[in-house]
Amino acid sequence: MIRLALILVLGLTGMVSAEERSSLWPSVPAATGEPHAEGNEFWRKNHMDMMRHDRDLTMRMGDRQVGASLKACFDCHTVRDDEGHVVTYRDERHFCRSCHDFAAVRVDCFTCHRSTPDGVDEGEAHAMTQAAPAEPGAIAAFLNRLAGQTPMTFAGAMEANR
Amino acid sequence: MKLRISSDARQPPAQKAQNTRAELTRRDLLRSGAAVASLTLAPGVTLMAFGGSQAQAAADADKRWGLLIDVNKCSADCDDCVSACSTENGWKGHGHPETDAQWIRKVTLKNKATGRESSMPVMCQHCEAPPCVDVCPTGASFKRPDGIVLVDKHICIGCRYCMMACPFKARSFVHEPVVDQKSHAPRGQGTVEACTLCIHRVDAGGVPACVEACADAGHQAILFGDLRDPESAISRALLEYPTLALRPDLDLNPGVRYANLG
Ligand code: HEC
Ligand code: HEC
Ligand code: HEC
Repeated sequence: MIRLALILVLGLTGMVSAEERSSLWPSVPAATGEPHAEGNEFWRKNHMDMMRHDRDLTMRMGDRQVGASLKACFDCHTVRDDEGHVVTYRDERHFCRSCHDFAAVRVDCFTCHRSTPDGVDEGEAHAMTQAAPAEPGAIAAFLNRLAGQTPMTFAGAMEANR
Repeated sequence: MKLRISSDARQPPAQKAQNTRAELTRRDLLRSGAAVASLTLAPGVTLMAFGGSQAQAAADADKRWGLLIDVNKCSADCDDCVSACSTENGWKGHGHPETDAQWIRKVTLKNKATGRESSMPVMCQHCEAPPCVDVCPTGASFKRPDGIVLVDKHICIGCRYCMMACPFKARSFVHEPVVDQKSHAPRGQGTVEACTLCIHRVDAGGVPACVEACADAGHQAILFGDLRDPESAISRALLEYPTLALRPDLDLNPGVRYANLG
């Protein structure tokens, strides 16, 4: 009984601390469809390994019913801009970039794979994503957006995070 | 001085790939969906045995996919198979015929003695002993259990040895950045590619786009089927008519065969 109470308390504190995230925590765009049975935390941590694993199943064995299919991600994880157009990986609001830009991860998947569902016109510029140099001021602009959309210097963002 | 090679690096690429996959099989918990099912499983029951989807049998070693092209039925002024392939897989020219990707092309043969010309499509011949696989330094060039020869672009480094090794000039290198790919046919700059026999269709029980387009054009010059199944239309046709492999001198046993060539 005590053990159960302990688990409950620990679980609750875990949830509370999750709420008190830094204001710099990336905001992940909302998804449609069924959530993942394994939970968001599992997917945050393991999506790269799952996709690499299932990629081999599809490539090498022809299994197309895999759980971590890259093209299927965009059945549920599409993001639209203010005009309602589906954004590609070139746009920093793209689902896969919402965390990657934050964590300084860069993937090359979208030089070959679509970053949107079939039928969306991805545009000529999309393929250049990998080569495009970061614009000056892009990092400050990114931090500013994370810090609540208000224009702020980097030092200001750090201050707000204290 | 001693040259030190890590034990991992000493394995041939194919072996290494297999080992990785074996490890992954053990870690199959990662398969979403299957991971949930595992909670109800008795200990020791592997997820692979349980969670493998029916499509896992898609690349079935008991099958060998092939094409039989009847050159007599192929019309010289038709290239529907080529345009169907391009539309299906999203490759197109950039105005540089020497280097543009070309998964399938129409070839005209002229018999020097008789002057007779014949026209036929040539694509990856899906050899049983593929030279492109032999020369690949990374294991990216590989043959599926069902005989389809593919490039795993995830590990292709774009060295193009396979293009030089292929006696049929069947492979292309992607020189330009690519946009608006088909979701079932990812392709991008810096990797080699070729006819996949439309694996995405074959895995779903369909036929390659060229075969369909040829039938739609009323020619029915291309027959697709399982060479290991003696009852399949392609196996019966191979029994009945004389057919040839291109470059039979190389003894590659291609999965693509030609009838009435010459
Ligand atoms: C050089 C081109 C290329 C790059 C780069 C690439 N892929 Fe692929 N990928 C392919 C091809 C070709 C296939 C085979 C598609 C098929 O058979 O349907 C594929 C298939 C897959 C599949 C199985 C099909 C699906 O969508 O479910 C997954 C998963 C996958 N890739 C993940 C990735 C990830 C993750 C990355 C980035 C880390 C990546 N790929 C980068 C070319 C590429
Ligand atoms: C059937 C729809 C569907 C598919 C397909 C799908 N997801 Fe999700 N995903 C969701 C939903 C719903 C959530 C929960 C979102 C939430 O909690 O706001 C989610 C959450 C996630 C999260 C956690 C996000 C967070 O806020 O922490 C990650 C990471 C993720 N998905 C990655 C992927 C990847 C990678 C793929 C493709 C391999 C994929 N998903 C395919 C529906 C889907
Ligand atoms: C919830 C946040 C989040 C989302 C959403 C997300 N990722 Fe990630 N991803 C990460 C983090 C964090 C890492 C780095 C993990 C590490 O370095 O250990 C990462 C790493 C990766 C890697 C490995 C990169 C490398 O160089 O090793 C791949 C591949 C990848 N993600 C693919 C994707 C794809 C494709 C999508 C969109 C379908 C996506 N991720 C969406 C958080 C996310």
